[in-house]
Amino acid sequence: MSTRPRLAVWKFASCDGCQLSLLECEDELLALAQAVEIARFAEATSTVLPGPYDVSLVEGSITTEHDARRILEVRAQSRVLVAIGACATAGGIQALRNFGDVNAFAAAVYPSPQFLATLATATPISAHVPVDLELRGCPVDKEQLLELIAALLAGRRPAVAGYSVCIECKRRANVCIAVQGTPCLGPATHAGCGAICPAFRRGCYGCFGPMETPNMPALTAQWQQAGMTPGAIRQALRMFTAAAPEFAAESERHDD
Amino acid sequence: MTTSDDDGGSGAARRSIRVDALTRVEGEGALDLEIDGGRLTAARLRIYEPPRFFEALLRGRSHLETPDITARICGICPVAYQMSSVHAIEDAFGVRIGGPLRALRRLLYCGEWIESHALHIVLLHAPDFLGLPDGIAMARDHGDALRDGLALKKAGNEILRVLGGREIHPVSVRPGGFHRLPRRAERAALAETIAAVRDRAWRLARWTATLPVPEFERPYEFVALRHPDEYPFNEGRLISSGGLDLDIADFDAAFEEFQAPHSTALHARLRGRGAYLVGPLARYALNFDRLPGAIQNLARECGLGTVCRNPFRSIVVRAIEIVYACEEALRILAALPDDLESGAAFVPVAPRAAVGTGCTEAPRGFCWHRYEFAEDGSILTARIVPPTSQNQATIEEDLRAVAEPLLDRDDETIRIHCERSIRNHDPCISCSTHFLRLAVRRS
Repeated sequence: MSTRPRLAVWKFASCDGCQLSLLECEDELLALAQAVEIARFAEATSTVLPGPYDVSLVEGSITTEHDARRILEVRAQSRVLVAIGACATAGGIQALRNFGDVNAFAAAVYPSPQFLATLATATPISAHVPVDLELRGCPVDKEQLLELIAALLAGRRPAVAGYSVCIECKRRANVCIAVQGTPCLGPATHAGCGAICPAFRRGCYGCFGPMETPNMPALTAQWQQAGMTPGAIRQALRMFTAAAPEFAAESERHDD
Repeated sequence: MTTSDDDGGSGAARRSIRVDALTRVEGEGALDLEIDGGRLTAARLRIYEPPRFFEALLRGRSHLETPDITARICGICPVAYQMSSVHAIEDAFGVRIGGPLRALRRLLYCGEWIESHALHIVLLHAPDFLGLPDGIAMARDHGDALRDGLALKKAGNEILRVLGGREIHPVSVRPGGFHRLPRRAERAALAETIAAVRDRAWRLARWTATLPVPEFERPYEFVALRHPDEYPFNEGRLISSGGLDLDIADFDAAFEEFQAPHSTALHARLRGRGAYLVGPLARYALNFDRLPGAIQNLARECGLGTVCRNPFRSIVVRAIEIVYACEEALRILAALPDDLESGAAFVPVAPRAAVGTGCTEAPRGFCWHRYEFAEDGSILTARIVPPTSQNQATIEEDLRAVAEPLLDRDDETIRIHCERSIRNHDPCISCSTHFLRLAVRRS
């Protein structure tokens, strides 16, 4: 029997992009496969080994009764459970239904919505089971994902910062686009992407979700000064982490 | 996989097999086979990926947000969704993009084809022909092919990173062009990266041609885009091997979508004719003459005719398309003006109340979008037809054709062949709306 830590990867409602980030580690993939025993990772291997697992990486949000039950089983089989990505940590883009009527959503897409079994909400993994660690992002950053796995292997906490995208932006020596008048969610958004959007001369759209203790009213006041309407502010907060409490509450403050 | 016997109420012994996971695909699905009196009575690909309602949640969103939102339909082919979106938006607002911006969009698509096809070939599909559980297991006896595939995948991703900031859900695409153009030094480094893996692409194609492929052909009706001069990425007319030739705006005239109770993905069919196939086999068969002569010769060397109707050989066609995408990326990079970044990164797009259609060639087949916009550029209604939902009916016909000659074999053999035939088309199940659950019922 192998003494390597046993890794399992699970999918719930998602685009697969976060677990795909593991396969995007082209240079590290073979080393990773030697460092851990990949016991279950359906997208990558037909080998499916039974639990328990040392580490479970869980992607996606909970949107069906079936998945609400399945996550309990995943938790029971996992020593450490890590929620990866915006869907697993904040509901993802599909959590926009939380602000609307899911039946209307279903009727807009499917001719026979009665065939569907779906919940009225899309919720993060932590709303259903205790989560040991969360890794943000839509998608997660693969360097952060490797840091997380390296830390778990070494038995230490991963070095994942809780500050805002602004700090990364300064390190990258970007000229501040908010100062230039472009609305940017960077001051309130959790670091991790490397401030890609400002580097591409566009405002951060918050795909890593809220940082620790963001000052949302101060940010939206500045957006208003830049000319954004309440509707535009609401939409900007309702993207890939729309159901994260800080973004959700602020967006509701700008409801018509 | 579990096997059980039950009476099923018929009095005759019934055998059912359940496979809890179709692996090496993207998304969640199940497979049901029913066998009655030695005959296959049903073969259903059941997609139970939870619905995410993209078309509904797009309503009321700005055209400027659309490519960012639609990218989230799929982690493997986000660029396809971004490209179809921006083309539909520009169609609605009367904008046509030419010159370097158009070339850069082709370049971005080259990146997605290279990384997505390479992922599929070495990590998802090749293990089927080698009897291995995954691509990682190829390291021992097929290390060169694995390393070629991973190096190509990395190079494809490098295109996405340079043009778009990151591999998955790049941030640079916007209606009218890009948020930022790649600098000269970045383009030069990228050209070096692609040039360094070009030989690997040719070698990987020749390697895929050595894989043992079952003799199996199907009379598919192929549908793909066709462009007057180019192997298709972003533009063209929708044509088929059955004589179809129409403007992308007229999709509904020839195709219809319908819902089946066993799937959360809408199915599509050709009106009056039924199932059709999109993806590499279709593109190749309908556009062979648009490939450069050297790549046509490579295809022949790899045992392909101008048309390939063996879905198991799709792995070779994908490899040929990687070669094409590498060569095309190098051609585009060399032809870009030296002072590219001194030009505008995008052309202005002024919203109006209008309807627009976009259709581009995702790695797994064409991806069709239609949006109806309000005067302020917000979406009133959206329709998105991804490749996998279009191929569902054809995949079910493949399953039937693959399973039928095997009915007297054991369940495990049937399961392996069925799973393989699904991976031939590499369904991107999250796109269409997860693990395959195979239930064989014998009575």
